[in-house]
Amino acid sequence: MARMKGFYMMLGVMAIVGGGVLAFMAMSGGSPLPSGPIDPAAIDAARSFGGYTIGNADAPVEIVEYADFECPACRETWALTMIDVKERLVRDGLVRLTFRDFPLQIHAHARAAHHAAACANEQGAFWAMHDKLFLEQRDWASASGSAEGKFRNYAEAIVGDIAAYDACMGEGRYRAQIQASFEGGVRLGVNATPSFVIGNRVYPPMSYDDMKAIVDSLAMEQGQ
Amino acid sequence: MKHRMAIAVLSLLGFFLSAYLSMWKLGFVGPLVCGVGSCEIVQTSEYAYLLGIPVAFYGVAGYLAILVASLWGLQGRWIGERKPTHVIVFLAGAGVGFSIYLTFIEAFVLNAWCRWCVVSAIVITLILITGLAGYRESLSAHREIGE
Repeated sequence: MARMKGFYMMLGVMAIVGGGVLAFMAMSGGSPLPSGPIDPAAIDAARSFGGYTIGNADAPVEIVEYADFECPACRETWALTMIDVKERLVRDGLVRLTFRDFPLQIHAHARAAHHAAACANEQGAFWAMHDKLFLEQRDWASASGSAEGKFRNYAEAIVGDIAAYDACMGEGRYRAQIQASFEGGVRLGVNATPSFVIGNRVYPPMSYDDMKAIVDSLAMEQGQ
Repeated sequence: MKHRMAIAVLSLLGFFLSAYLSMWKLGFVGPLVCGVGSCEIVQTSEYAYLLGIPVAFYGVAGYLAILVASLWGLQGRWIGERKPTHVIVFLAGAGVGFSIYLTFIEAFVLNAWCRWCVVSAIVITLILITGLAGYRESLSAHREIGE
């Protein structure tokens, strides 16, 4: 009988500890951005969103970047490669550049960061927010609680209507769209960030010169 | 009796594992504690659903059923009965079958591993082995009574 009592006590302790760990994990997000399930129908509906695009619609080559604002490698590639791509290849009309959300679960603030950029996009400020998030990455990525206060500070300097930004963040308007982008990347075989889809291939991060060489050869194939 | 106690402990462990994976699927817990995103590939793939329901939910239901069966088998007159063992072996057998299918998908279709899914596959296998050991023991006990 004493043995059974000990057994039930052990089972009870296990149940309490296990339940406590799960409850702690569920509550420690600390994000005012709505959490919880995203409606699968909303994700399906958001699949048509092709990402944030700049450049000439008739450019011979499209570069699609799958990136995570909290990923240090993405920040590095942004600074070393993508600024040049934007300033030279996009400006010259050779490349149309598309940014797609690929927030990794290992990064606690990534979803909120991508959501902040999506809300800034409503006011035509996606790329400004994109640059700001990468520039300040080390500051907000190390935030112990929510980083949304920092995102709001960036937004205040970038967007015209901060109330609209707040409303957008508050209702989590783009959660499904971000998830759809992520799942779209997974379907293409993207499993690390940053990844680049150029032509029909997925490439790892590379230098500006390497990217330009790929773009040049693709443009040449198309007789440009 | 010892077998049923061990199964109760294992199934509670399995229950929390699949509850964690379910909560991740529903978006209630943040970072999945896993390497460079291969858990995400597994959990966001089309194979993470069966008949429109996340596979982790089947784990929650299955482990809970085994836990109930093992506790049932530890109550008074049921301790000597074989029925709870039959139920456990049946449920664990189905669970192992399902885990083999999921592990096969991870290995050959997705080429990605979710370590919590692998741990669950080990737990359910241990439950089946323990259940079968209990079944054998109960068979020989019955034979002795028969003689």
